Amino acid sequence: MTDKAEAKNPDTVTIEVDGVEMEARKGSMLIEATDDADIHVPRFCYHRKLSIAANCRMCLVDVEKAPKPLPACATPVADGMKVHTRSERALKAQKGVMEFLLINHPLDCPICDQGGECELQDLALGYGRGVSRFSERKRAVKDENLGPLIATEMTRCIHCTRCVRFLDEVAGFRELGGMGRGEHTEISTYVGAGVHSEMSGNIIDLCPVGALTSKPYRFSARAWELLSHPSISPHDCVGSNLLIHHVRGQIKRVVPQENEAINECWLPDRDRFGYEGVYSTERLQSPLVRDRNGHWQVVDWEVALEAAAEHLQGLVRREGADALGTLISPNATLEEMYLAGQLTRALGSSNIDARLREVDFSDQDRRSVFPALGIELEALENVEAALLVGAEPRWDAPIVNHRLRKAAKRGGAVMALHYRAQQLNYGLAEERVAGPAAMVQELAAVARALLDLSGDEAPEGFDNLLNGQGVEDVHRSMAKRLRESARAAVVLGPGAQAHPRAAALRMLGSLIASLAQARFGVLTDGANQAGAWLAGAVPHRRLGGVAEQTPGLDAAAMLKEPRRGYLLLGVEPEFDCWDGAAALAAMNKAQSVVCLTPFVTETMRAYADVLLPVGTFGETAGTYVNAEGRWQSFPGVAQPVAEARPAWKVLRVLGNVLELDGFDYDAPDAIADAVERGCSDKSASTAVEWQAPGQAGRESEGLARIGLVPIYGGDPLVRRAESLQQTWQGRDQKVRLGPGVAGSLGVEGDGRVRVRQGEKTVEMVVAIDAAIADGAVWIPSGVSETAGLGPMFGPVSVEPL
Amino acid sequence: MTTARDFFRTFFLWELLLGLKLTGRNLFARKLTVQYPEERAPQSPRFRGLHALRRYPNGEERCIACKLCEAVCPALAITIDSEQREDGTRRTTRYDIDLFKCIYCGFCEESCPVDSIVETRIYEYHMEERGENIITKDQLLAIGDKYEEQLARDRALDAPFR
Repeated sequence: MTDKAEAKNPDTVTIEVDGVEMEARKGSMLIEATDDADIHVPRFCYHRKLSIAANCRMCLVDVEKAPKPLPACATPVADGMKVHTRSERALKAQKGVMEFLLINHPLDCPICDQGGECELQDLALGYGRGVSRFSERKRAVKDENLGPLIATEMTRCIHCTRCVRFLDEVAGFRELGGMGRGEHTEISTYVGAGVHSEMSGNIIDLCPVGALTSKPYRFSARAWELLSHPSISPHDCVGSNLLIHHVRGQIKRVVPQENEAINECWLPDRDRFGYEGVYSTERLQSPLVRDRNGHWQVVDWEVALEAAAEHLQGLVRREGADALGTLISPNATLEEMYLAGQLTRALGSSNIDARLREVDFSDQDRRSVFPALGIELEALENVEAALLVGAEPRWDAPIVNHRLRKAAKRGGAVMALHYRAQQLNYGLAEERVAGPAAMVQELAAVARALLDLSGDEAPEGFDNLLNGQGVEDVHRSMAKRLRESARAAVVLGPGAQAHPRAAALRMLGSLIASLAQARFGVLTDGANQAGAWLAGAVPHRRLGGVAEQTPGLDAAAMLKEPRRGYLLLGVEPEFDCWDGAAALAAMNKAQSVVCLTPFVTETMRAYADVLLPVGTFGETAGTYVNAEGRWQSFPGVAQPVAEARPAWKVLRVLGNVLELDGFDYDAPDAIADAVERGCSDKSASTAVEWQAPGQAGRESEGLARIGLVPIYGGDPLVRRAESLQQTWQGRDQKVRLGPGVAGSLGVEGDGRVRVRQGEKTVEMVVAIDAAIADGAVWIPSGVSETAGLGPMFGPVSVEPL
Repeated sequence: MTTARDFFRTFFLWELLLGLKLTGRNLFARKLTVQYPEERAPQSPRFRGLHALRRYPNGEERCIACKLCEAVCPALAITIDSEQREDGTRRTTRYDIDLFKCIYCGFCEESCPVDSIVETRIYEYHMEERGENIITKDQLLAIGDKYEEQLARDRALDAPFR
């Protein structure tokens, strides 16, 4: 007996549930212990990722010596506790609760989208009475418009408040709340404001009944006919795990797949609703070839592939291999990138790039094998200090933001240096807003402050970056927090990568990280930028990061010195390239443009010569390498629309038609294996070696454009996801500028302005936004309103209309 | 004893007479033969023939695309696609029944929460070409419209037993 007592873990207590003795963590709730032991206790309001509300009362269990049944979700375990989950008293209590819950619940299961996967429906089968004793009037609740993503039927609500708690605790904005008491309780937004979180879709999963359902999916399928297959999100470098639900080869909806290391059990709206783009009316239905008279001909695959091969071969024969440039979407799979790289190189050209939204490649030879976050996503939530440079985690990668928010809530200091004040769902410890011109020197000032703290010698040429910037309190404070934290991270976002002096920013970021003993990394644009580096879809590296002897032209150079022919894979140059105007001009001027694309637009028809329809999200198998360097493969589950084929198959056959070696792959796994074998160094080291920078060039006077991509503008697929485009983040893209700039330009809010960049002009609505850095103007790229404008960063003029 | 009796019975064609007795009885009994197609056999209100989709008296189709019939169908003969109609209600865009697959078990009718899919008393129908075996939503609704009176009467007759 004494042995037993001694052997007992001090952190656990022994309880007895239904006659079975078990250990439970001290301080944990009864329901956690029963869940661990696979004893089912019915519940509606309890969710392990949310706080405990104990308001549904469904989990009442019988605890010996307790005068009344106790809710298992809110009863802490105690040593020697004896619990009966199926005793007469427990069952009677649970059945009583169920009867009350069903009093006001409508009997519209046949038209309810939750029917078949409804927790209330399931539990009513076990705990409900066959016939209702309630003969009075049922309650009806008016619906509320929660926006284009979430459909409501509030009469069905059982007030579990999971949605309220999620939006408050995880999404970070208290956008829903319970109004009224007792039978008059209603879950609603406070002033009919709708739900604006970028993670709002998760309340659809959380709702145990059909009160909150998915609007795009509404009434299109039933839970029992859906087939579920795992896949990976194609929108950001996090690589969220998800499940594609499809019927007869048609994607009906996307739900999260739990992966604690990546997305936990959540899924951002972009990943959840992005699938809508797959069935856009702009899908390319069959291969198209432009004939001698310039007319488009619908042809079969054989003819189209011959034509594509002819175009590529003819171009290389006539103009030399260097005349060919390949631009590949950073959301393409590893397999597609590898084959595209092989194809381009076999034709004799090294002009291939997936870093479409970057312009400064001067440090590319010094960089690691692939761009990585430098820290595991899971570790991100435990950082004590994090410095975000040119990153808007909420829009760039909502899961990263979710992790950082957790860190901030645990007392971590999240700090930001960005072109505009962050709209975050947590407080920043330090924030500095700087225009594009001042970005490098601001970051250098943080490095300077760190150098002052450590007493180290500044590396050679450091003052060129500092450019006379003085070290202010905010820099010192950032430096101090980074240095004093045991777990710190410096993360450069897409906004820093796209900066015209991104190499300097990376070098400084790396320096800061090494001085503060922090982790350094980048959040890349696209889902598979890392894969592009590994698979050799970059001009300076071959498969596995082996340096190319004679590096080809990078994405920016390919457009600056236009090629005579292009091979495009899933790219819309006017939206996806750093300089949309130059990209479009280069395409229009080129002799041959072969497009492998899921979508076709009039713009594309104007410059392309061969259009090959390829599969997109869900339709093609492949592998993504996320920002941590995690390789995640997924199967192709949906039937490609019309004549579309997976791009890896198209590239493989194109290689065969061109009679090139090394294209005899039968399955994407074989390609992924080949890539994996070629990647000896998969480590995610991220440090960038210091190289003395030259004197900074004179920044041009006048307004500077900040042309970052909004959350739903990043790739062709999400741009066609209609419901996402209707959200507040997606619709009404405006020119944003600070009150100071607006005053000097004579621009008024909500007025129209003419934006001129180079020779291009567009007219847009303007918004006065104090968040924007002074001397700069926010003109998003990747949206139709600004299509055709020039570089993401550069001089721009704005005049009122 | 039995041997002797069987012996005599064999000689007097006893079994034959027995058979003739039945013939004789039926010769004078009421005739059961139905002169199809001039005459029809009586049908139960529960008869399970060709399918139909019913409407409400105001002309609104009953079907709400709950897909229970599709789920319950043991022969997988029913295919339904659904969407949100402009007025916000849940409706089918496609409701196909493959009559070659259907085994006329009546489960679809049984499962329907709104008495929309029903099996009518129609049993005389044929297909001449491949593809005609699949009846569509429009055809089903047309059948329902044509026989609504009969269908409503039959459901009312059966109601006390449900």
